[in-house]
Amino acid sequence: MELILSIAIGVLATSGIWLLLRPRSFQVIVGLCLLSYAVNLFIFSMGRLTPGRPAIMPKGGFVDPTIYADPLPQALVLTAIVISFATTALFLVVLLASRGLTGTDHVDGKERDQS
Amino acid sequence: MAEQNLLTILALAPFAASLLLLTYPHNALRAAAWTSGLTLTAGLLILLGFRDLIQSGESVRANIQWIPSLQLNISFRLDGFSWLFAALVLCIGILVVIYARSYMDGQDRMPRFYALLMAFTGAMQGILLSGNILILVVFWELTSIVSFLLIGFWHQSAAARDGARTALLITALGGLGLLLSMLLIGYIVGSYDLEQVLASGDVIRSHHLYEVTLVLFLLGAFTKSAQFPFHFWLPGAMAAPTPVSAYLHSATMVKAGVFLLIRFEPALGRTPEWFYIVAGVGMLTLLTGAVISLFRHDLKGLLAYSTISHLGLITALAGFGGPAAIFAAIFHICNHAAFKASLFMTAGIIDHETGTRDMRKLGGLIRVMPVTAVLAIVATAAMAGLPLLNGFLSKEMFFAEAVEWHDGTWLDDALPYLAVVAGAFSVAYSWRLIVTVFFGPTPTDLPKTPHEPPNAMRLPVAFLVAVCVIVGILPAITIEPALNIATRAVIGPGAPAVHIAIWHGINGPLLMSVIAILVGTYLFLATARSIPFGPEGPPIFHHLRAAKIYDWLELQFSWRWPRAIFKRISTEQLQPQLRVLVLTALLFAVASLWGSFNISNTPRLHQPPPAFLLMWTVGAACAMFAAWQAKYHRFAALVSLGGAGLITCLTFAWLSAPDLAVTQLLVEVVTTVLLLLGLRWLPKRREEIAEDKLLPAKIRRFRDFIIALAGGTGIAVLAYAIMTRPLVINIGDWFLGNAYYEGGGTNVVNVILVDFRAFDTYGEICVLAIVALTVYALLRRFRPSAESVETPAQQMQTSAQNATDYLYVPSVIMLWMFPVLILVSAYFFFRGHDLPGGGFAAGVTMAIAFLVQYLATNVRWVEARITVLPIRWMGFGLLIATATGLGAWIFGYPFLTAYAQYVHLPVIGQVPAATAMLFDLGVFALVMGATVLMLVAIAHQSLRANRLREIEEEKADKKEAA
Repeated sequence: MELILSIAIGVLATSGIWLLLRPRSFQVIVGLCLLSYAVNLFIFSMGRLTPGRPAIMPKGGFVDPTIYADPLPQALVLTAIVISFATTALFLVVLLASRGLTGTDHVDGKERDQS
Repeated sequence: MAEQNLLTILALAPFAASLLLLTYPHNALRAAAWTSGLTLTAGLLILLGFRDLIQSGESVRANIQWIPSLQLNISFRLDGFSWLFAALVLCIGILVVIYARSYMDGQDRMPRFYALLMAFTGAMQGILLSGNILILVVFWELTSIVSFLLIGFWHQSAAARDGARTALLITALGGLGLLLSMLLIGYIVGSYDLEQVLASGDVIRSHHLYEVTLVLFLLGAFTKSAQFPFHFWLPGAMAAPTPVSAYLHSATMVKAGVFLLIRFEPALGRTPEWFYIVAGVGMLTLLTGAVISLFRHDLKGLLAYSTISHLGLITALAGFGGPAAIFAAIFHICNHAAFKASLFMTAGIIDHETGTRDMRKLGGLIRVMPVTAVLAIVATAAMAGLPLLNGFLSKEMFFAEAVEWHDGTWLDDALPYLAVVAGAFSVAYSWRLIVTVFFGPTPTDLPKTPHEPPNAMRLPVAFLVAVCVIVGILPAITIEPALNIATRAVIGPGAPAVHIAIWHGINGPLLMSVIAILVGTYLFLATARSIPFGPEGPPIFHHLRAAKIYDWLELQFSWRWPRAIFKRISTEQLQPQLRVLVLTALLFAVASLWGSFNISNTPRLHQPPPAFLLMWTVGAACAMFAAWQAKYHRFAALVSLGGAGLITCLTFAWLSAPDLAVTQLLVEVVTTVLLLLGLRWLPKRREEIAEDKLLPAKIRRFRDFIIALAGGTGIAVLAYAIMTRPLVINIGDWFLGNAYYEGGGTNVVNVILVDFRAFDTYGEICVLAIVALTVYALLRRFRPSAESVETPAQQMQTSAQNATDYLYVPSVIMLWMFPVLILVSAYFFFRGHDLPGGGFAAGVTMAIAFLVQYLATNVRWVEARITVLPIRWMGFGLLIATATGLGAWIFGYPFLTAYAQYVHLPVIGQVPAATAMLFDLGVFALVMGATVLMLVAIAHQSLRANRLREIEEEKADKKEAA
């Protein structure tokens, strides 16, 4: 399971980084989304994998923390998900405005041969 | 205790007034003036209340702990010297407020002007009252910034903008020097407390860093007080409205530098270095200012150089040191403020009434405005240092100090002669001011017909001139006690009391005065005919203008050199930058793990279920497909991106993170919709780019692939190494153990978000709000690309009838989903504290409920039926979250401390009722508002595009008709 997840993180990150380095702005947006999945999963996996034991406590009584999933990375990732949605939206709008303004979807606002 | 509070109020009231004034409507001139005037009067009354305490030689202190570990406390301290100076600032401030009310045009944004004026007063008082030298620097910089805003108040004029920028650059540069010197002083003394610093003069002077500290300190003081060679920003600052020139650039702010010199004289002064630099620069400035002043044609320019010259005089006195010189310096600060502020106000009156400040055009004004003229003549006489006026007294003291033996160096020997020459020039320019403006033939080509100004403008001038005369005739009973107290506050209780007398008999200083007046009169008579036709500056030297040198330097430093360097070491292209970013991250990761990286011998492994393997086979395929197709097939890439997102969501669910799974799923929905909406405005890429097939492009892609593969492999190996390590005891365990007992909830993730780490969440929702508003603002001025303005091909092909029936059944179902989704949202919200759910998930669900309505029908249909005010939702969300946080203060707990309790409701049963839920409500409202705002803003673009299209069609029709 650990192996599969880490390979998955690797594939997501590779695709994300590759797209990030591409010249078209839509590629960069998709790349950022993929990269954010990879990073979210990576941060989440820092709490180790614990199938089937969500961090829902009993009401009262003794709590043995070792049998539950680590809640802290989850809390970190939860806000990260919402924030990454916000940055995607922001970048999308910048992309559209830049396309309207410059007439090209190259990230630099001009084609390579024009520079 | 009462005194401490009063002192704090005295220091902070102007800032409060400034904030209040910013809320006034643009035309509230009268209210703004009253608010400002009353604030300053209140400050003056507080100062009067401290009089008895100050007279007994004590100082008042107020301490507010801020960062004790850094010795950074906001402390205020009032002694005789700062008392006198603060009274001066407030008095002149009140007069300027009255004056500005008539001077400024009705079209100016007066509340803003007064707000800046109040902010300046606050900053200036901050400098005077600071008991901590670091806080002093903060206020010091604040005066620079407010001065920048005030000089540039008429920002339409290029001269105002340039003057403001120059002033800011020069004074801020000096401020940097001052900060460094204060840090050095703090290092030497071991404390940033002003009293301790002032008492440690011997320690500072004997330290090996003394010279560096002194030079940096003087850099701050000299730039602020416009000392040579930094004097040129002050004439440039004359582009400010005249009340500002009168207040900041003659009476108060420029005196901050000399204030600092006098204040720190016991700590840094009394050395040969101090005498040489401070007295030397002071004398040089005194002389240069006086000489240049004579040759200026602009009335305010003349006054500005005269101000520079007088500041030089005060600086020189501070350089001499000793009780008598300090006494004279403080005396001259007050005198100069009185006569120069009144002269600036007169210059403003003349400008206001005649429409020009050019002395070559002015003349004969005594016939049309006799009262103003008499007032101005008296004030000018005080400036020239004629007997029976206040300027005479302090100038005599200065002459006496110049004659006094100091250290016998050449500078000391030259002092009396330099002083007389400067005195002569100041008499000459005073003559020129009076004679050219008020006497001679009445000019005929003035832009306006001059007459006496309104009373409110003349009154402050009259008051100040009266002060000049009264202090000049009766110095002993008016100002002498306050000056002696101030001197004692600077030097120490041992300073001998000075008695100011008008007549000392015929002695050296008197003779010097007489010579100066005679030579000055001769100078004026000799040059009166030639100056108006000459250049704006002394002969020969006007070619060598400091301002020109500065402009050249500024151009090089802020434009040419940065651009040249940028060309060499940076690029405007995004791709190389991102490449460097990725490679740097990679490099640092490898470097930090080099040699110490290992994978656990007893790995913590779970047997992978086949379904998990299958799931991620699909997920990885989706990711790679998205990467492959994102260039030419955006829609396909978007779909497979969604696929990868869903697999991520399933993984969260599988691995015990139900909250994450829910949020990820919901966010996935809105992200996909958002990108789909965006695709509408991104024209299809029709032709393949020929260059892509060429070798260089292939090489580039291959290189990037290697980088990406290295990054991806690295993160995968790192993830594997950590995941297989045994879990150590960490902070998560504490959260698990205490979530129920401390936070009153069983869903630990939610309790962390809204209780334990609520402040982080608070920050994140603020970020979300900012981003949403930015998106909204960007879209308001959005111009889509020309290719995408047309109706999309798909819509053109379907007829109008087809469009109404388009997806009819699903759209009815979607409409019916509205209440269901609201219910789901409420469900997520209320169970959030105990079970998976919470404000984030509920907020996004609610946003989806609205979104579905937009999808099912169209923007007009929805907005005719539902009024969604996303910005208000966001505002209320933020308010609720903040109010919950502040609520904890009422009970004496830190910000955002939560309180948890279960409440028994009939029928429903035990319901968790923690204040954290209120906070979560804020989160909910904000997340919902932000999401809806972004989606609706982009959805509205098609409406706007329709309108644009209609307008263009109309235009085309009109053209045809024409």
